[in-house]
Amino acid sequence: MTVIRLNNVRKSFGTYDVIKGVDLEINPCEFMVFVGPSGCGKSTLLRLIAGLEDITSGTLAFDDKVVNSLTPSQRGIAMVFQSYALYPHMTVYDNMAFGLKLAKGGADEIKRRVNEAAEMLQITGYLDRLPKQLSGGQRQRVAIGRAIVRDPKVFLFDEPLSNLDAALRVQTRLEIAKLHAKMHETTMIYVTHDQVEAMTLADRICVLRDGNVEQVGTPMELYEKPQSTFVAGFIGSPKMNFLTEKFADAYRAHTLGVRPEHLEIRDKAGTWNGKLILSENLGSESYLYIDIGAKDPLVVRQDGSARQQPGDLLHVSPINDNVHRFDQTGHPAQA
Amino acid sequence: MPVAIKNTAFYGLVALIVLFAVFPFYYAIITSLKTGSALFTIEYWPTSFSLANYVSVIETGSFPRNLLNSLVVSGLVVALSLLMAVTAAFALARVRFRGRSLLLLTILSVSMFPQIAVLAGLFEVIRFLGLYNTLWGLIFSYTIFTLPFTVWVLTTFMRDLPIEIEEAAIVDGATPWVIITKVFLPLMWPALVTTGLLAFIAAWNEFLFALTFTSSTETRTVPVIIALLSGNSAHEIPWGLIMAASVIVTVPLVVLVLIFQRKIISGLTAGGVKG
Repeated sequence: MTVIRLNNVRKSFGTYDVIKGVDLEINPCEFMVFVGPSGCGKSTLLRLIAGLEDITSGTLAFDDKVVNSLTPSQRGIAMVFQSYALYPHMTVYDNMAFGLKLAKGGADEIKRRVNEAAEMLQITGYLDRLPKQLSGGQRQRVAIGRAIVRDPKVFLFDEPLSNLDAALRVQTRLEIAKLHAKMHETTMIYVTHDQVEAMTLADRICVLRDGNVEQVGTPMELYEKPQSTFVAGFIGSPKMNFLTEKFADAYRAHTLGVRPEHLEIRDKAGTWNGKLILSENLGSESYLYIDIGAKDPLVVRQDGSARQQPGDLLHVSPINDNVHRFDQTGHPAQA
Repeated sequence: MPVAIKNTAFYGLVALIVLFAVFPFYYAIITSLKTGSALFTIEYWPTSFSLANYVSVIETGSFPRNLLNSLVVSGLVVALSLLMAVTAAFALARVRFRGRSLLLLTILSVSMFPQIAVLAGLFEVIRFLGLYNTLWGLIFSYTIFTLPFTVWVLTTFMRDLPIEIEEAAIVDGATPWVIITKVFLPLMWPALVTTGLLAFIAAWNEFLFALTFTSSTETRTVPVIIALLSGNSAHEIPWGLIMAASVIVTVPLVVLVLIFQRKIISGLTAGGVKG
């Protein structure tokens, strides 16, 4: 039940500012996801919260207690690293027990907690193996297990799925979601560059850009009411279409954003007309790339497989006028 | 070129290198087994077998004592220089501080000086510290000369250990000392064994310092004693004894290399991080 408050937190490496004054409040027991393109500072922000990097200025507080100068273990955090970072020379059991042993826990207590965590993650069978004898997915579970046994107040994940293959990634994502449901007293922060992970796991998402918070909100808020073209383009897959000039002028906007799933092909008299350049069939749905004379082709999502042929003239309209209007600064346009 | 010729040439070259490397030692062994005037005839196959030289080396004089001296000195040099090098390597590889690379270069530059250039100065230091004619004088001076090398090798090795493992240990609440001893040392076995072995060999073989910093037979190490072995008259060089002693001092090195060869397990870090 820990609330985390960041107050004007800055981080510089030499003269280079990575985090440029972040104000953020992470609610107790919340699953917060930091998302953004590479180099936006999301991992650095996580490492500042973990205590692996020193905060240049500003304050970081856990439950109103400033923790700027505390070590990671004093802060009561646990962290899962992108590369697992298991101790190669220790068995799975010793990997998980290492932190407890350092904290001088009793032998019985250590054993009980390791076994409990192992059961939760279904790794009881591998406790006496070395990390090199495990597969990538098993290693990642051990890394999660090592974090669980310490019963942390704050649980940090640094891109934990990026080394797994696609199928395993989906499976592990579900397990992390289940873990969050079970550890309902723990605040979790999760860093990813993958917006699908962010959308599926998060209670709230914090979108970062160049060391600044771009927008914080629930996944649906970010999807439905993006506060900038950056967030609009980052959340949602495939990416939102952006139209400018004459296309946007018709809607009294500088930039007009329309999601591919909010466009439909009409038989005639569409809002925009153009030739089909390419279609991608995914079976359950397909994406049509249409040249309507704008800078980039317009992407339209369509249920089922595409019946149209490249070169066909198509008419496209937004469904229910579901469009996002942005002004010159990239923020939502007023009325 | 046909494969047969290529193979023959390759193994021929290997045989030549092995012969070149092993022949001096082989010749020392067969010479040590000869006695009397047989020593002075040149033969390439063992013709006589007598352990008389070995017996007289061990039984006469202070040779066992000198062997023990050598073992103590070399062993302590290895222990001391590894302890200091591991801790120094952690600081040089993992702690960011001003002047780090300058310090690293300074350490390396120490090993540029030839022994003979620092001999007189080091002699004064050892006299001043009251270590003259003691084993500690040798341990002190050998450690100075092995440290730059051990520090450099271990620093490079430690730099390559994944940073995430250290960070995971920090999150687990480990202090730097715990990180070094419980996490890094087990991963550094190959490097420790290699550098330790080289330091041992250097200390074991050292001659100039051992000759200068000790004066009595009881504190001499084996290389000096062998060089000072003398026969019945000034003109007689006891080749049989010298060869027997040389073979005896080589054995510990061979044994050490054979033992630790098995312990040098490469890829010990495999599995800790991805890939």
